[in-house]
Amino acid sequence: MTSVWVIVGYGFREAVRRKMFAVVVVLTVFFLALFWLANHYVFRDLGSIQPPADVNVDTRTFAGAFLTGLSMFATLFLGVVLAVFLTLGAVSGDAERGLLQPLVARPIGRSTLLIARFIGAGAVCTVYVLVVYFAALLITGLTGHWWPDRILWPGVELAGGVLVVTALSLLGSVLLSATANGIAVFMLFGAGLVAGLLGSIGHALNSHTIKHASTIASWALPFEALYQDGLRMITEKASGLTGFLLQLGPFGGAYVHGWGIRVWAVGYVVAVGAVALAAFARKNL
Amino acid sequence: MPDALAVRGLAKRYGSVHALKGVDLQVGEGELVGLLGPNGAGKSTLVKIAVGLVRPSGGEARIAGAPAGSLAARRALGYLAEMFRFPGWYTADEVLELHQRLAGSRGGAAERKRLLELVALADATDRRVDGMSKGMQQRLGVAQALVGEPRLLLLDEPTSALDPVGRRTVRMLLEELRGRGVSVLLNSHLLSEIELVCDRVAILLGGELVAAGSPHDLSRPRGVELETDEGVRRVEGATREDAPRLVAEAVAAGRKVYGVRVLTSTLEEVYLEAVGGETS
Repeated sequence: MTSVWVIVGYGFREAVRRKMFAVVVVLTVFFLALFWLANHYVFRDLGSIQPPADVNVDTRTFAGAFLTGLSMFATLFLGVVLAVFLTLGAVSGDAERGLLQPLVARPIGRSTLLIARFIGAGAVCTVYVLVVYFAALLITGLTGHWWPDRILWPGVELAGGVLVVTALSLLGSVLLSATANGIAVFMLFGAGLVAGLLGSIGHALNSHTIKHASTIASWALPFEALYQDGLRMITEKASGLTGFLLQLGPFGGAYVHGWGIRVWAVGYVVAVGAVALAAFARKNL
Repeated sequence: MPDALAVRGLAKRYGSVHALKGVDLQVGEGELVGLLGPNGAGKSTLVKIAVGLVRPSGGEARIAGAPAGSLAARRALGYLAEMFRFPGWYTADEVLELHQRLAGSRGGAAERKRLLELVALADATDRRVDGMSKGMQQRLGVAQALVGEPRLLLLDEPTSALDPVGRRTVRMLLEELRGRGVSVLLNSHLLSEIELVCDRVAILLGGELVAAGSPHDLSRPRGVELETDEGVRRVEGATREDAPRLVAEAVAAGRKVYGVRVLTSTLEEVYLEAVGGETS
């Protein structure tokens, strides 16, 4: 176990010294400042919004859920960026640069090395995602006096989604060069987001084919399903027209949700990890 | 006690390219063996298989009796890759500390200090890697390979970036290691270096072992040179055993003999003969 923590520390230090954290922290502070401004103006002007008398919409819930959904999307995106940049060159990239061989020659085992890189990157991304998620909740809660129906689980699922991307990026780092891996993971991420939006459109239009395609994409790329489930939970008690409008998206409900997708996501990470370990064990360096 | 390195029938194929075609090679306890060959001969592939970085297509390599690539094998070896890099933000001392922890070495600060002194980097303990010259980094790489007092040292081109003084430092270090009983497989293009320090030499060509033996055994007689009052005369085909007779004949013929030299081929000539002038 000692070797695992040595490699975790090595990866953590690498991230700090490459100024990844500095860049991410600056971008995050910038995002949170803008997010506070958005909250400030939206909730300040909320009283001036006059929906028609026969339309029963809870404007505060709608605005709060919409802004929280927006913050969750931004948090997922920033978390994915961090995860990808922490892992995209962990194997092939470091091997090309000659950084990996001195480590692999040591009596630590390739599996230990890869698992340690996952633990290191995963821990950093999880802490980051939870900090940004709760900071955004606090901003919306304190500015607009609106709190989501579920507070903890959406954050946990958001962090879980980023862990899925971390595992995919580590697998990619074994099979692809760093640049190709970065492109591949971001394309998968984009495909997942598009599939999620497609699902919302499919449900709005009641299109069975689109809903079916979106469901398959959710299981194939469970980070998207976890994110969508998190969105569903922040307004799971909203009903009537407010709930219906929120379901339409883009930060609306999930159509694959619950413990099934959570368990599947855990199994998915384990399976991706197993493939990565097997590929790394056979890789010539 | 098993050989520090025992390679039998080792083969490696990359697609249609045969990098190694059934190589046999042993490095005994405390032996310093030089591995020679043109670019693409399979030298680095052999070393990488021994370290466990590359999987062989056939045959086997064992380190101190353990299969190459196993944890037991890696515990017994130190390795300096041909193309390596340490993180630029680490100091020399931190690089060695990292490798001490990975190797399970209990040598602590005393070992790190001793290793940095061995490679003439005692003054660079706190210098960051990105502030070091290529030569300093290579010497740090040699120190890193020595962490944990390995039984076998695998050095892939350890002096390629060194100036003459740096090469001499590494050469003296290798001689000291041999004195301590450490086995070394030295992969290098510098024939003079190999000739000076190695007990045995193995020459690879096209993935096959084409010559092996001590530098002395590999050398061929190239005649005897006599320096007399008539000038320098070379007797082709003569050997060391012919020298007294040749001197006696010259003296009997009334010549004044000022010197006699037995000529043998250098390792460079042996090497060029073995590889047929091939460079890549």
